[in-house]
Amino acid sequence: MTMFAARIEVSHLPGIADPQGATVERALPALGFTNVAAVHIGKTIRLVLEAPDAAAAELQVAEMCERILANPVIEHYEITVEELVEA
Amino acid sequence: MTVRVGVVLFPGSNCELDAMRGVEQVGAEAETLWHGDDTVRGVDAVILPGGFAHGDYLRTGAIAQFSPVMRAVREFADAGGPVLGICNGFQVLTEARMLPGALQKNAGLKFLCTDVVVRVETTGSALTNQCVQGAELRIPINHFEGNYVCDDRMLAALQADERVVLRYVENPNGSLDDIAGICNDARNVVGLMPHPERAGDPLVGSADGVVLLRSLLVAAGAPVPVA
Repeated sequence: MTMFAARIEVSHLPGIADPQGATVERALPALGFTNVAAVHIGKTIRLVLEAPDAAAAELQVAEMCERILANPVIEHYEITVEELVEA
Repeated sequence: MTVRVGVVLFPGSNCELDAMRGVEQVGAEAETLWHGDDTVRGVDAVILPGGFAHGDYLRTGAIAQFSPVMRAVREFADAGGPVLGICNGFQVLTEARMLPGALQKNAGLKFLCTDVVVRVETTGSALTNQCVQGAELRIPINHFEGNYVCDDRMLAALQADERVVLRYVENPNGSLDDIAGICNDARNVVGLMPHPERAGDPLVGSADGVVLLRSLLVAAGAPVPVA
């Protein structure tokens, strides 16, 4: 078994309103950043897991996303898995 | 027959006493159901109350949906038992997929604590069977995440099947189609963001929540009150 570091980017599905992104987008011009558009706010989840290989690790993280880490009704997720190398 | 109502207590629930008092006021017996117990103890109706179950960590209701009691609540609902989710309880029901869609942060990112007026859109639900179609009720809201969303297909289905139970007369939070409350296909599971248990007496600003809680008891088998 090998240790893997997984990084999950959770963002809104296209077409689902992102009130946090919209509010920040409206706030930025007040600071002089008048050339900004398409602000989106999501979240990043990082975790470490043990698995036989990277594909198995990714499959398991995808199941976690479907069941709890993301809400597929409104959210999209992207998983990156890297083998953890001890320093 | 006296109806027994179980109010689920999650760590972080904070409206369970209001909910119990609300249903007691209209003639029910109320008891708490512990989130860690895999049973609803034979009650006639279940309420998932407002609050911040499991700290609302990850997403509102995301952790609570896996509480042992939720398995029992799902079985109870599948057998036709009336289940009402108020505010955080509504969020738990959507996360548990017992109701479609999701509730996200209010448009404008304001925590809203105010009275709103909602319109009864159908009397065919466990929450509105004693209401008058089209009646407008003044009920308080108290939430940060009450902005209802679902995809276009689901919205069309909710509209076609008249599963939108309550609509805001003036949309306070950006909710899709002014939705304040919806029900499931079988119409026994209802979720709403407003707090009917906090509108039980003119002394607190409104008694318009009484008819909703009375409807829940009728759905649970209580005799229809004589007008």
